[in-house]
Amino acid sequence: MRFDLLATAPEGVDAAYEVVAGFDGALVPGLLRPGAEQITALHALAAAVAGTPLSGRAAEAVEKTVAGSISDEHLAALVAARSALLGACHDELLSRLDDASGHTRPGWSGAAAAATGGENLLAAARSWLSELAVAGWRGLDHDLVSHADQLIQALLSDPVLRRLGLLLDGFAGELRACAPGATMPRVPVRRWADLWSRAVLLAQPGALAPTPGGTVSGRLLPLGVDLQEHPTAVQAQVHAVLETADGARLVRASVSAPKVDTLVGPGTWQLLRGHCSLLAAVTEQRAMDLTDMPVTAGGDLLWSNSHAAMGAPADAFATARVQLATAAAPAVAPLERHPVRIAEPVLIEGYTAAATDDGVTLALAGLELAVDIDRLHNAGPLTPELVAASTACLGLLRWDGRWSIQPIAVEAPVKRKTAAVHAGAWAGGATDAAGAKVEAAAADAVKVLRERAGRLLRR
Amino acid sequence: MNAALTPFEQRSAARVVAPARPRKLAKVPFVELADGRLQGVVSSGSDIERVYVSSLSAADHTFHCSTNNNRPCGGIRLSGCNHLRALADEAVLQYGIDRVARYLRADLPEGASTGWDVLVAVKAGHAVTPGAPVFARFLRHLAYLELSASTEPVTEMHWFPAGGAVR
Repeated sequence: MRFDLLATAPEGVDAAYEVVAGFDGALVPGLLRPGAEQITALHALAAAVAGTPLSGRAAEAVEKTVAGSISDEHLAALVAARSALLGACHDELLSRLDDASGHTRPGWSGAAAAATGGENLLAAARSWLSELAVAGWRGLDHDLVSHADQLIQALLSDPVLRRLGLLLDGFAGELRACAPGATMPRVPVRRWADLWSRAVLLAQPGALAPTPGGTVSGRLLPLGVDLQEHPTAVQAQVHAVLETADGARLVRASVSAPKVDTLVGPGTWQLLRGHCSLLAAVTEQRAMDLTDMPVTAGGDLLWSNSHAAMGAPADAFATARVQLATAAAPAVAPLERHPVRIAEPVLIEGYTAAATDDGVTLALAGLELAVDIDRLHNAGPLTPELVAASTACLGLLRWDGRWSIQPIAVEAPVKRKTAAVHAGAWAGGATDAAGAKVEAAAADAVKVLRERAGRLLRR
Repeated sequence: MNAALTPFEQRSAARVVAPARPRKLAKVPFVELADGRLQGVVSSGSDIERVYVSSLSAADHTFHCSTNNNRPCGGIRLSGCNHLRALADEAVLQYGIDRVARYLRADLPEGASTGWDVLVAVKAGHAVTPGAPVFARFLRHLAYLELSASTEPVTEMHWFPAGGAVR
């Protein structure tokens, strides 16, 4: 891995982010009556996509917005322009990363699938998102947020539209906690523009159509788990190497579940593990044998326990040392292209770890890599202290204005012996007394809520 | 490029709200800071079929408490009732006292640590408000656990990292 290639800013990324920042800034006061600064930013956005097929639509959308007559269609065009810029940043960053790691990655060749229905709910979502854009983050109030309550509930109960529901629910939760916007001390400008834009994108007809794919068979060697969570949803993504007849490739397997806000961290595994036997394989450090497992063209296994059987012991660090450098990386679906989804598994060794007031850094030849402390959770035994004491780190490389590493496992001295500690060690079941106690308390919470639901909900 | 921190305003995965802390749910199955209120549901100690819906407004610091069948709570006194007190105590466990006080715009005296301290600080006064919207929020909350898990990837969850140094 040539980390020195990550030490300089990739070409054009800063300039693209500057244009995006201008648009994001315009969402703070809202798009109803854009001022001079916002108008300049909107024109810059249209100019940035002037040489692309979006040119005409973006220019028209900017003109209408400046004139004060904005429609859902115009917002979609502005979001398309912003997403195209960030998509290009994603491509540039990922290609830089592939150069550094020596991976080759095919381009996307999947055909677009047909629209999926749910037109009324998607239209309702677009209309709420327009209300938000018009009001701006500073114009946010409790009523505006609660307008989305019924919509979100309906989206969540439709399996095809669930993704948009999960996104809007996490987003609305933050808006609710921060309302009224007029008195917010600091506005998460990039983040809310991202979440809002992502929602506008997913609310377009056809955006939620299933990704094309096929099936795969072979030996699956888990590397580790990335846990993602907001108050009412949790998702575990297992990164793994799949040995097939055509060679080794990188894949992911995901399992997600709706939840309540009082179920957090270690309490969430119980909602997931019954649906994905791979979580037990991660805890036991075993391989799994897959037969005709569905997979998308983007390298996502659509896990089904009936296509997987528990295999022989497999150490994640051994897998990483032998297979990671040569395994083929998957193509990225066009709509997924945003820097936030970059999470490339890497193994790093021979660094100098240092704990500072700002967190933990790993100094490599040619690059000082920050550890993404915000993505370290308490749902497993891996702590920032262990990362700071580690000698080898298996992690996901991420970009959020700079490169960082999210550790998913480390080798570190534990009781004077070097041991592997995995962030997902408790995925299949708690491995020590403290973990078991937290699990039992969480199971109790679920029991109480189910009892209450049984008495009050079905009336 | 070194490890210089990207500012909060410019980060896609910036943490806006700290995760709730787990707590025992038997007595107070639901509490939230939403719609400009501290609001939630307290299970009745005597009747397993009955719950009390309590809320305290951030704007004018008035409170109300009634059953899920909209009968007023019999225990309403100055500065609240036992249900509201239990609700406020659990809110402090779930969110921490600072977040509760900030949301309710309460000026806490030195050493304040419980929900009761918050109720005293805001001098909660009684005013009848409808309990139905709060009860509806509770039913919506319960419905989350009725939804099934899925193994379709949700790319959007990359914006929501788990945890965040709460140890």
